Amino acid sequence: MNRIVIVGASAGGLSTAEALRRAGHEGAITLVGDEPHLPYDRPPLSKQLLSGQWEPDRLALRRPADIDALGLDLRLGASATGLDLTEKVVTLADGARLPYDGLVIATGVRPRRLPGRTGVAGLHVLRTLQDAMSLRAGLRPGRRLVIVGAGFVGAEVAATAHGLGAEVTVLEAGPVPLAEAVGEEAGRFVARLHDARGVRIRTATAVAQILAVRDRVSGVLLADGEVVPADDVLVAIGSTPNTEWLSGSGLTVADGLLCDEHCAAAPGVFAAGDVARWHNPLFGAAMRIEHRTHAAEQALAVARNLLDPDRQRPFAPVPYFWSDQYDTKIQAYGQLRDHDEALVLDADAARPRLLVAYRRAGRLTGVLAAGVPPKTLRAWRALIAAGAEWSAAVAEASQEYA
Amino acid sequence: MKVNVDADACVAAGQCVLIAPEVFDQREEDGVVVLLDEAPGQEHHDAVRESAAVCPAAAIHLVES
Repeated sequence: MNRIVIVGASAGGLSTAEALRRAGHEGAITLVGDEPHLPYDRPPLSKQLLSGQWEPDRLALRRPADIDALGLDLRLGASATGLDLTEKVVTLADGARLPYDGLVIATGVRPRRLPGRTGVAGLHVLRTLQDAMSLRAGLRPGRRLVIVGAGFVGAEVAATAHGLGAEVTVLEAGPVPLAEAVGEEAGRFVARLHDARGVRIRTATAVAQILAVRDRVSGVLLADGEVVPADDVLVAIGSTPNTEWLSGSGLTVADGLLCDEHCAAAPGVFAAGDVARWHNPLFGAAMRIEHRTHAAEQALAVARNLLDPDRQRPFAPVPYFWSDQYDTKIQAYGQLRDHDEALVLDADAARPRLLVAYRRAGRLTGVLAAGVPPKTLRAWRALIAAGAEWSAAVAEASQEYA
Repeated sequence: MKVNVDADACVAAGQCVLIAPEVFDQREEDGVVVLLDEAPGQEHHDAVRESAAVCPAAAIHLVES
């Protein structure tokens, strides 16, 4: 295993490179990233960076000296355009050919956009540093921001923009924000956080079209004909895995790059982070997870399995995410989607505080908490990791929590 | 090995505590990292390196001796 090529230079790609070096890999590592920046952290984009509390240099995942010490062949501003599994070569947009012995695919996701208008000033998505700086430039008192989509990105930006004095309206197609991701109870809790501050989340509201005057956003036309005026519009309706460059390679793409429980897509080819749809044996399900902690954890597993193919270990994590909105931190462990039951164990809109346990079949599969000391969630995480039976787990963890 | 933590950057995910509970803890009220041992023994080094690697806020800095 001499030459390793890692495509994707964000948290997943960088962590893989570091883990390979820590494990003693001395061969060449090429790290390819399509953005011009050294690896940076994305969660602050919707929070500290957008609020102006942090400047871009604070987002660097590692100091330049630490990156140098990894001895990488670093290709920034370069995107991969093709993969030949037989020849074992990755092709870049500039025509460069990168032969590999081991390949790690960590190309992440990009924001979904609404069909129609592009290249209109004031129309934003949020994924990159550049996206965030462009959105930030328009947020100040008196400006109207309309956010299409009340997912976590939309909700966090709404909170930050409100803090900057902007007048914020969120348009959500579903009846309850975040219901698909975390269930209706937690979704309503998030809606109330915003409501309490006068940030309106308009649910069951379908968007027909983005309106513009002279190449500048002017508002959003709703399906019922109403126009919501805007100075800036953020489209935050989820993301699409960056897998187009793999088409024709022979790898299987199905909303992400399909991998086995070892995170392998083919012999010697692995995937990490947002782009990977791998089989998580802990839940017996294929998952694709767009959480920050997941990218780094999966990177460690990939590095281990890549270097030691005869003793590969399954990657069976308890997924984790957090979201900061206003002064409330939301944290969750496990698999929350596709649950059979979401049991509210504690809810106090005034404090605000929430604790929800998630059941699938007879098992505790997830927990979500807000306004709760983070340490108290550890007992829940342990139960989820152990595959605990539902009623016993809820009884035990509730006791611990109380 | 010398360990430094940036409490301002910490997002209270608690990954470090799961991996290296002898070296890291969390504040009761908000879950922000508490460094228990700024010069941990050899036996903890691998776990501390892994904690720094997976920290979602890059808030753990190591100076290897």
